[in-house]
Amino acid sequence: MTNTMTRAAFVAALSLGASSPALAQTLDEKVNEIFASSTGWFVDFIFSPFPGTSFPWIVAWLVVAATVFTIYFGFIQFRAFPHSIALVRGDYADPDDAGEVSHFQALATALSGTVGLGNIAGVAVAVGIGGPGATFWMILAGLLGMASKFTECTLAVKYRNEYPDGTVSGGPMYYMTKGMAQRGLPGGRILAVMFAVFCILGALGGGNMFQANQAHAQITNVVGNYPGWITGVVFAAIVFAVIVGGLKSIARVTEKVVPFMGVMYVSVALVIVLANYDKIGWAFGQIFAGAFTGLGVAGGMVGALIQGFKRAAFSNEAGVGSAAIAHSAVRTKEPATEGFVSLLEPFIDTVVICTMTALVIIITGQLVSDPETGRYVLAEGGKMIATVDGNTGVALTSAAFSSTFGWFKYVLALAVILFAFSTMISWSYYGLKAWTYLFGEGHIKELIFKLIFCAFVVVGAAASLGPVIDFSDAAIFAMAVVNIAALYMLMPIVRDEVNGYLSRLKSGEITKHR
Amino acid sequence: MSQTFVVGYDGSDAARRAVQFALDRARDQNGRLVVAHVLEWSPYSFLTPTELEERHKRRREELQRAEKALLKPLLDSLKDAGVPVETALKYGNISDTLCDIAGEAGGTQIFIGRNGHSTMGSRIFGSVAGRLAQTASVPVTIVP
Repeated sequence: MTNTMTRAAFVAALSLGASSPALAQTLDEKVNEIFASSTGWFVDFIFSPFPGTSFPWIVAWLVVAATVFTIYFGFIQFRAFPHSIALVRGDYADPDDAGEVSHFQALATALSGTVGLGNIAGVAVAVGIGGPGATFWMILAGLLGMASKFTECTLAVKYRNEYPDGTVSGGPMYYMTKGMAQRGLPGGRILAVMFAVFCILGALGGGNMFQANQAHAQITNVVGNYPGWITGVVFAAIVFAVIVGGLKSIARVTEKVVPFMGVMYVSVALVIVLANYDKIGWAFGQIFAGAFTGLGVAGGMVGALIQGFKRAAFSNEAGVGSAAIAHSAVRTKEPATEGFVSLLEPFIDTVVICTMTALVIIITGQLVSDPETGRYVLAEGGKMIATVDGNTGVALTSAAFSSTFGWFKYVLALAVILFAFSTMISWSYYGLKAWTYLFGEGHIKELIFKLIFCAFVVVGAAASLGPVIDFSDAAIFAMAVVNIAALYMLMPIVRDEVNGYLSRLKSGEITKHR
Repeated sequence: MSQTFVVGYDGSDAARRAVQFALDRARDQNGRLVVAHVLEWSPYSFLTPTELEERHKRRREELQRAEKALLKPLLDSLKDAGVPVETALKYGNISDTLCDIAGEAGGTQIFIGRNGHSTMGSRIFGSVAGRLAQTASVPVTIVP
């Protein structure tokens, strides 16, 4: 009797064990299918190219805006660069304000929201499709993007809401409504609502599902394949503990480890680049040559340009409006100072970190080129450059670093998971701010958003990469459509603000405190 | 010249002993006391977005709590001590900020208490007493 029961239980366990992967597989596929079919139209619209070309209008929208702001503010990102560093170091901080949010803290928090997969996986994708030349366009877009970031963060501080209890709420929603009303322009409220809707979608997409998806991909790379929803549930539980349970300790550990990981990543990249110092000149040669000739990549020079611009924009989020939400919390009497500090963000994110990733991939020879012609060999399908081991995305970056330091793939896996987590925490906050802007503040309302956010972690980890990455990019770029429209209308206000500040700085009215 | 004694105070028994010690000296030398409380703070620490948003509110609460729970009771107990007592409340690195307070108040000496333990942490990172002894521009008295 006992024996029969045991055997029955054993058989049941076996069949359960056998059926559950199949069950999970279909669940993953189902999630994927529903997701792709329900978001496809939105993605198609955002990435539609100019008629008769392959150039997506959204990329032009971002780069043209960054160029306009750069010229309008007289190359502020270069003129004010030393002053930005001095502000972050705290040279101008009033000692009596100690205990308030410092410029450094606002920058670090905003950076931990942007530094992440874009810098590791995104760059690998860009270089894999667009070739080394994509790096050139990425750096250019990063430098121009500094002006966009400067514009939005100055406005975010100027028009934030300060409540009687001392908390603040800021971001594009607030400068759209208040700033445009001040200029006597209509439509501020409509723009703000649109922005808030896209911000919620972006938070659930790029700020959540993409991160969960890539974290899962990293874990399976190290421990072997298993269903995505398991990672999703674990991640969702941790995110839940932090954003709903108020478990600050996890968040605090992450916020401390992430900058450390960032510094380590750049240091290791630097060591690899210096160890191959004889190839540095060649690598830059490839970057410049590829930027203008394409060196045989799919789409030629335009292909390289699109990839570079796209990845820069997705990585540093300049013009998107997300960082404006994080920067608005700093305690400063001068909105312009936060603009100056924030312009360092695209510099660190794109010009330093992304470039390091690209250099390591190029220098370690991951991309296969024809020794006769010097042109890159395309992989089957003709869309991507062939790589040594057929890697793309994070795996390509991982292979590039591991070719010098074998152990680095484990560090990288951990870094990706932590970056993913910190980006999720930041975006849960951005999404929440947009949510409360639409629906009002209140415990129940906020809880609803947080629960939705956690549910999407599971969806993101279970879905396959294609539809998720498309939707993430699309939602975040949609934020930029609305945000940049508002920035154009509000840029005279920023100019007055900056000119006023700079003249007071020059006259000695604003002085260093140390 | 009258003496101004700055005493670091955190509510601990050691800090109370330091206050008492400084008080006795101040009485003898016709001096005054500045009781200083420093809230440990670094502008280079990392905060989550939610912490950024609430920082101003938290700071206000922390200052109020320190004033009410630490400085006010001490001031009340020293009311009849026969020595003028002031307070100072600031954020920052404890030893550096104590030096700053001494500088601003025209302090002629700094007094701090010590709890008598030497932990592994203080061996590696240094203690408040150790750092003060090395950096202060006025004499420092450490009360065991």
